[in-house]
Amino acid sequence: MTVQQPIPAEVAKPSPDGVIKVAIMAVGGQGGGVLTRWIEALARAQGYACQATSVAGVAQRTGATIYYVEMARTGSAQPVFALAPSSGDVDILIASELMEAGRAIARGFVTPDRTTLIASSHRNLAISEKCAPGDGTADATEVRAAAEVAAARFICFDMEELAVESGSVISATLFGALAASGCLPFDKGAFEDAIRSGKRGVESSLRAFDAGFHACLKGVQASSEPERPPSSPGASGPVRLLDRWESLTRRAADLPEPARPIAFAGLRKVVDFMDADYGEEYLDRLAPFAISGSLGGNELTKVAAKYIANAMAYDDVIRVADLKTRAARNGRIAAEIATGPQQILHLTEYMHPRAEEIVGLLPARMGARFAASPRAMARIDRWFAKGRRLRSDRLGPFLLLYALGGLKWYRRRTRRHAVEQAHLDGWLSRAARFADADPALATEILCCGRLIKGYSETYARGLSKFDKVLGMVDRVADRTDAASCARRLREAALLDEEGEALNDAVRAIEAL
Amino acid sequence: MAERSFKAEVEHLRLGAGETFTGEGILAITKALLESGVGYVGGYQGAPISHLMDVLADAQDLLAEIGVRFEANASEAAATAMLAASVHYPIRGAVTYKGPVGVNVASDALANLASSGVNGGALIVLGEDYGEGSSIMQERSHAFAMKSQFWLLDPRPNLPSIVRAVKQGFELSEASSTPVMLMVRIRSCHVTGQFETADNIPPPLTVRDALAEPRKDFRRVVLPPMSYAHEQDKIENRWPAAEAFIAKQALNERFGPQQGKVGIVLQGGMYNGVIRALQRLGLADLYGKTDVPLHVLNVTYPLVQTEVLDFARGKDALLVVEEGQPEFIEQSIGSMLFRERVQTRLMGKDVLPMAGEYTGQVLHEGMTAFLRETAPDLLPGQVRAPNRDAPKIPDLSTTIPVRPPGFCTGCPERPIFAALKIVQRELGEHQITGDIGCHLFASLPPFEIGGSTMGYGLGPASNSAFDAGGDRRAISIIGDGGFWHNGLASSIGNMVFNRADSVAVIVDNYYSAATGGQDVPSSRASNPTRATNNPIGAAVRGVGVKWVREIDRTYDVPRMCEVFREALTTDYDGPKVIIASSECMLNRQRREKPLRQEAVNAGRRVVVPRFGVDEDICTGDHACIRLSGCPSLSLKKLDDPLRDDPVAHIDQTCVGCGNCGEVAEAAVLCPSFYRADIVHNPTGFEHWRAGLAARLIRWLQRRRARQSLSFGGAE
Repeated sequence: MTVQQPIPAEVAKPSPDGVIKVAIMAVGGQGGGVLTRWIEALARAQGYACQATSVAGVAQRTGATIYYVEMARTGSAQPVFALAPSSGDVDILIASELMEAGRAIARGFVTPDRTTLIASSHRNLAISEKCAPGDGTADATEVRAAAEVAAARFICFDMEELAVESGSVISATLFGALAASGCLPFDKGAFEDAIRSGKRGVESSLRAFDAGFHACLKGVQASSEPERPPSSPGASGPVRLLDRWESLTRRAADLPEPARPIAFAGLRKVVDFMDADYGEEYLDRLAPFAISGSLGGNELTKVAAKYIANAMAYDDVIRVADLKTRAARNGRIAAEIATGPQQILHLTEYMHPRAEEIVGLLPARMGARFAASPRAMARIDRWFAKGRRLRSDRLGPFLLLYALGGLKWYRRRTRRHAVEQAHLDGWLSRAARFADADPALATEILCCGRLIKGYSETYARGLSKFDKVLGMVDRVADRTDAASCARRLREAALLDEEGEALNDAVRAIEAL
Repeated sequence: MAERSFKAEVEHLRLGAGETFTGEGILAITKALLESGVGYVGGYQGAPISHLMDVLADAQDLLAEIGVRFEANASEAAATAMLAASVHYPIRGAVTYKGPVGVNVASDALANLASSGVNGGALIVLGEDYGEGSSIMQERSHAFAMKSQFWLLDPRPNLPSIVRAVKQGFELSEASSTPVMLMVRIRSCHVTGQFETADNIPPPLTVRDALAEPRKDFRRVVLPPMSYAHEQDKIENRWPAAEAFIAKQALNERFGPQQGKVGIVLQGGMYNGVIRALQRLGLADLYGKTDVPLHVLNVTYPLVQTEVLDFARGKDALLVVEEGQPEFIEQSIGSMLFRERVQTRLMGKDVLPMAGEYTGQVLHEGMTAFLRETAPDLLPGQVRAPNRDAPKIPDLSTTIPVRPPGFCTGCPERPIFAALKIVQRELGEHQITGDIGCHLFASLPPFEIGGSTMGYGLGPASNSAFDAGGDRRAISIIGDGGFWHNGLASSIGNMVFNRADSVAVIVDNYYSAATGGQDVPSSRASNPTRATNNPIGAAVRGVGVKWVREIDRTYDVPRMCEVFREALTTDYDGPKVIIASSECMLNRQRREKPLRQEAVNAGRRVVVPRFGVDEDICTGDHACIRLSGCPSLSLKKLDDPLRDDPVAHIDQTCVGCGNCGEVAEAAVLCPSFYRADIVHNPTGFEHWRAGLAARLIRWLQRRRARQSLSFGGAE
């Protein structure tokens, strides 16, 4: 966690050669050009000779790009400025995003002898980070740590958020931070004049500039994720049910301490998914894994609490309909998409139920009969399966979803429930077998629950990866490194969609 | 309508004698053309020179006022061919395009033009797309000047030098009857600065007036026996004339002391980088006053032998700073020194890299190595014997994700490739070729569609080996820009003539979008000076394609999928052409946003769509992202101990194009997406109805919450 130090009123110190060198690392479309023009206008208005360069072209389409400005006091002749930054020769490096700051460091543009690094701490994820079926996001702490070493001064806070709050874009908050940093020998008014000379969006830019300026001066907390206390909302509902909830939480309180917070969260999730009885079932299922004291036992309980809850609260039509018709959801949308009194919001849901979902809603035995007949499934697909768009802000479609969401009482009888329970029981009994002898392996088996997610084909792909990993685990279960094999397989399974990395891992383990 | 408007800036082009111009390189070049009495201008857009075309287009009123004709040529070949006007008429002409790919396209016309020779000055302003920020293969345009014998200017990258080079280029062209190419590098095109302007000069003979008195000279035609005479003329007359002019007018520049142990010969474009390296070595001051003699080649072809030898004589060693490969200049200087038995040592590519951009770091290291070897006494002690270790900075190279260019938010090409990816999942992978244009981004993740690009408009042509068909039909992609540049004949005509059993997808986004949104013949906007609205469909049918499917809303993913399926499975064995049209979102937003804001402010009813993801329904599998890659569709970490993976999240930059929802539906992904239409200034009835529904919905929600256990502010 980097907390930026309040900035002393320090006089800017130009490089030895009298040239101030400013590089801006931006992602195409972030307004790096605007920022460059402001800096240029500022320098010229203050009697400096100034040169700016940029790269136009396809690199600007969401790619990483560099703008570069050099300035020097006007003298007897025109100074000779460079057209691009050199490593080890940059005074001010402005990065519009944290990984771009990292890129600047990696390219040597940030050096401890002189570079002030002004970076926004927010992340603009690259496509490779977003594509991974698991969590592919790059490690921000590494970049922060490197910045602390590489930069003479490191100014870092979420300038994107400030900009959005001010109804502007990040270039203005970055400009504000630059002004407050005191790196350029110009006063605040001169910066503001530069914005005014731009003519477009002056008011909102000035607001964001000011926000950036003050945040930088105050040395705001540099975290992009403000620390929040872990959420532990209480329950509400009829008294009879609240009593049941009380007894459930008492039962959960017997679990080993480290696993308790997760178990409470899991309990909430499954009770919310169905009812209090389902909460009892959850705790029953969790019991075999609640071994306190043993080596690795606490980890096992934690993992079990997490993945059993997730598996029990599977994503069926009833759950989706229920979640889509809750008041909390309307609140969330309203927070995300602010509407004024002169505006109304229409909501359209994109649904595409398939035969599997429809059959899953049928009573278990009837559903099983249908599911066994490809012809029947094809027919249902023909009749029902197509893209459906529901206007959930209207009463009719809302009622449809509301009614579906109200089917919790019936859910236990559905085919989907039977299938999910059978799968869960098979998986848990597999893990329970090793709970005593090899808790690490049991833990890894439970962690494979992470592989099953998504809907329809994505779900099917996840399930087949799950089966492949567990099948392989069965084969290596006797080995002493069974747990680490299982982890390797699971991690590989989360790397790509098609499961190529998993196949490689399987081959590698078979070869051993 | 181009992506960037220069309407305000072009007013600076009216500045007169003694005034100061402040702005970008491309505007300075335009101003210099006007001050040179140019009679006609043209070109073809392409980074880094696209904006020069935009400036010319925005300056059309001014150009017309002083009698200059502006042509937005169909290709670089067409632009170069336009310079034919200067072959017979004493009219100065200038065209612009990018290099070396633009020069590749232009090379046929360029070779003919160079053979004929010119009467009026002919100038090609070339944006050399080399080094960081480049979007093409890394080659040099220099070779074209050598093979066709025209002259290459590479001025120092500051506005006064570039402006001077334009004027000198015309003079050199006329003095040697040879076309001249003025090269500016990526960063020079947009380098900003100032220069003192002169008055604009109307062309002494306008192209319009020239038509009243047509001229021709049989000796200029490239046909035997004149073509043999042209070659002799190049060597015997034009080249010596050029050398004489270059030397007499001192087009190349000397800096630093007259005498010195060592010297540096450099391309003009390298000057600022070389000076910066000298500054860092303590051998030059802020204003470029250097202790090392420099011979700056503002003309990189031809080399003036007397100048080079004169500079070399008496020096122990010469460093040639020449970016790119092969090292034509260094070879040439080596041969001069050898033939004249000059004993000066020649260095260049031995201390500087053969390939790649000469960045500040590269020059600093290379020049340090040169001086350490040849004149160590010049180097400051710190460089000769560094006495402290550089600080150890953690290695981030494996942490930082690469950030390749991709489709913009709301791009209409995204759903085309999403559909193609979905269809390939059903029908298997196909042989696919790409072309030049934004659509080539499909070859990168997440789509990874298309494995080659052979040139502008050559997508379908590059699949022609597979024209006979097979198990799975070959598919090729081509954009509307490429289609009109070269594709209609070379790709589509070729498919028809060879009875290609393959599929061509023409991605029509109404503009030459990758280069900045210039109009093409099929653009839908009405352009006061160009003929637009010429449908691609009519052109395709006109050259004989029978199977054509036109989609005028690419965001309709099910329809896109259906058309792909049909094209890939139909019994028809001739060429199949799919024209997928929707407006470039970048341009559309630029056009619509101000209008929309105006309408909202005026109290009119306006619906603004946006998409969202239900975070508790999203399971964090990111399947949607693998079919999108939209910048506004990103990830969000939830504050939930039960969730491992971040969920999809749509930020406020979403333009509501609909791709997310369409893809989720067509690929049967998940029910997490919703569209939120914000209705500004709704009617009274709408207000009433929405309020009623909201009240009833709230009542139902409260009712359910009362009857069951709920957690965390469900109410």
